[in-house]
Amino acid sequence: MALATSLEPPVIEVSHVSTKLGQAVVHEDISLSIHRREIFGIAGGNGCGKTTLLREIIGLITPSAGTIRLFGLDSRRLEAGDGHPIHRRFGVMFQQGGLFSSLTLAENVAVPLREHTTVSESLIRDIVAAKIAMVELPPGSAAKYPNELSGGMRRRAALARALVMDPELLFLDEPTAGLDPIIATGFDKLVLSLKKLLGLTVVMVTHDLDSLWQITNRVAVLGQGKVLGVGTMQELFQSDDQYIRQYFQGERGRAAREQAAANIERREA
Amino acid sequence: MERQATISVEDNVVYCRGAWTLPNLSQLERGGRTLRWPDTTTILYDAGGVTAMDTGGALMLQQYIDGVPGNGQSTSLQGLKPEFEQLLKNLKGLVIQAGRDAAVHDVKWIDRLLRVIQSRQASAVRALAFIGESTVAIWRSIARPHSIRWKSLMRFVELDGVRALPITGLLTFLVGVVIAYQGAEQLRKFGTNIFIVDLVGISLLREIAPLIVAILIAGRSGSAYTAAIGTMKVTEELDAVRTLGISPMNLLVLPRALGLIIALPLLTVYADVVGVFGGMLIALGELNVSFVEFVTRFEEAVPVRHFLIGLGKAPFFAALIALVGCYQGFQIRGGVDDVGRHTTISVVQGIFLVIVFDAICSILLNWWDL
Repeated sequence: MALATSLEPPVIEVSHVSTKLGQAVVHEDISLSIHRREIFGIAGGNGCGKTTLLREIIGLITPSAGTIRLFGLDSRRLEAGDGHPIHRRFGVMFQQGGLFSSLTLAENVAVPLREHTTVSESLIRDIVAAKIAMVELPPGSAAKYPNELSGGMRRRAALARALVMDPELLFLDEPTAGLDPIIATGFDKLVLSLKKLLGLTVVMVTHDLDSLWQITNRVAVLGQGKVLGVGTMQELFQSDDQYIRQYFQGERGRAAREQAAANIERREA
Repeated sequence: MERQATISVEDNVVYCRGAWTLPNLSQLERGGRTLRWPDTTTILYDAGGVTAMDTGGALMLQQYIDGVPGNGQSTSLQGLKPEFEQLLKNLKGLVIQAGRDAAVHDVKWIDRLLRVIQSRQASAVRALAFIGESTVAIWRSIARPHSIRWKSLMRFVELDGVRALPITGLLTFLVGVVIAYQGAEQLRKFGTNIFIVDLVGISLLREIAPLIVAILIAGRSGSAYTAAIGTMKVTEELDAVRTLGISPMNLLVLPRALGLIIALPLLTVYADVVGVFGGMLIALGELNVSFVEFVTRFEEAVPVRHFLIGLGKAPFFAALIALVGCYQGFQIRGGVDDVGRHTTISVVQGIFLVIVFDAICSILLNWWDL
């Protein structure tokens, strides 16, 4: 897909962000922009501040320096839970799901609807059923509590809750970590199809090379507190940076690339 | 973005206009309720004016088309923009697939009752199993004292005994004061001031001090045991313990139970002293009973058996509190929510059992004339 890079203002604009957690420097002068309708991957080694960056973008923590704009609004003004209307425009799927353990799956998905809208119970029921079906959870799981669900199902339930308000922007924190390859592939396909169905912009923190190859439009690689490179996977694969090369051209990286290429061939054939 | 969405009937055609998105849906629902539906055989929906639509809006349109008129009329939809049409079609498939009511399932009361009975039954069996298991473990470890984890046991004596000294001291002191005050009023009327010693001494030593300490510790340590073991369960530490070939009973329960069995009697003795001291102060201030008079009378009026009875109950209280606390910790199944629930249960059950046990003791001791 051709990206409208210059015409529209970016959905997310990270400019000159630095982060210090205590003594440790996590980010040093990071700048990124993410555009509408792209699937943007944030990759990098363990502990390189991927999740921290995500948490800064969604306003859970404040960077030490620099600004982050989300739909043009300074994310510092997002200070958790003040009911700013912008909260309806993005959904977040946390790594552990963040499902409320005292509510059933259906109730979990319905929480944003009940909090932010005044629609009738029957419509809530329909919307919840549609979202649960959209993330390919069996209808029978709706009445289950989070601790009765498997890891993959919990992930899907969290996705359904993130999607229930029809956000324009979706954040995924390591969506496929710890999932078996079949479910992980299914999850990638799901994200891709939801993006098509709902016209989403997706920001995904991951180090799953398969996901990166299969579904992202662009990827930023973080390392040593900086953005080491931004571009399509193909561009990054040919990058001169030593770390990026190590990251993508290792045994696993090559296998993932071949797999992706094979998939594309199959699709075209 | 458009702020308005309307549904209206003009010339027997239902016109849908504006942004059919979540923020506008309640407005649409209100609008639909006051609408006079056309009575033609086919209701024509014109959705050409819809400028935006999300999942909620599409489902609402579907609800209007499916059900609202409800007179067996047929419906047809026209003018919807192709992208919204596609959304509607996709969603229709999804909702049908899900089954309309599968999402929110209504449990019949009889099912709920059966489920409660089943879970009560199961938890009774588990409780019984736990009591058995822990009793065996306690006897076994007493028979082989070297298997007891002394270090961890002493840590619990410190945490649940030594660190609880200030609060138990303060509380029993105040209770001693209160009892003496209440008694002083009555005793002064009869001029039997010296009986304040009997009143304070017997009631505190035999009943009140052990009970107050036990209730306090049930709240303080019982809840801590449940939360600690429960959190270990949630974070899979308990599973790790098991797979490393260590018995959780031995590692977690015994040190806590034995530690509390040691600590609670000691706390009780301390509470006796502080509580009686509180009574002494009031006796001096209100009834002019000097410390020397008080102590002299104490020796005659309060036989040592009252002290021993109070002290004798303490280890049993401790065992009840520790076992309930640990048991509730092991019962935690799900997530964080469960930790809070079981901690509450642990404290309530702990206090309940302590008081019931105390009442049984009172009755039995009364029969035996002690």
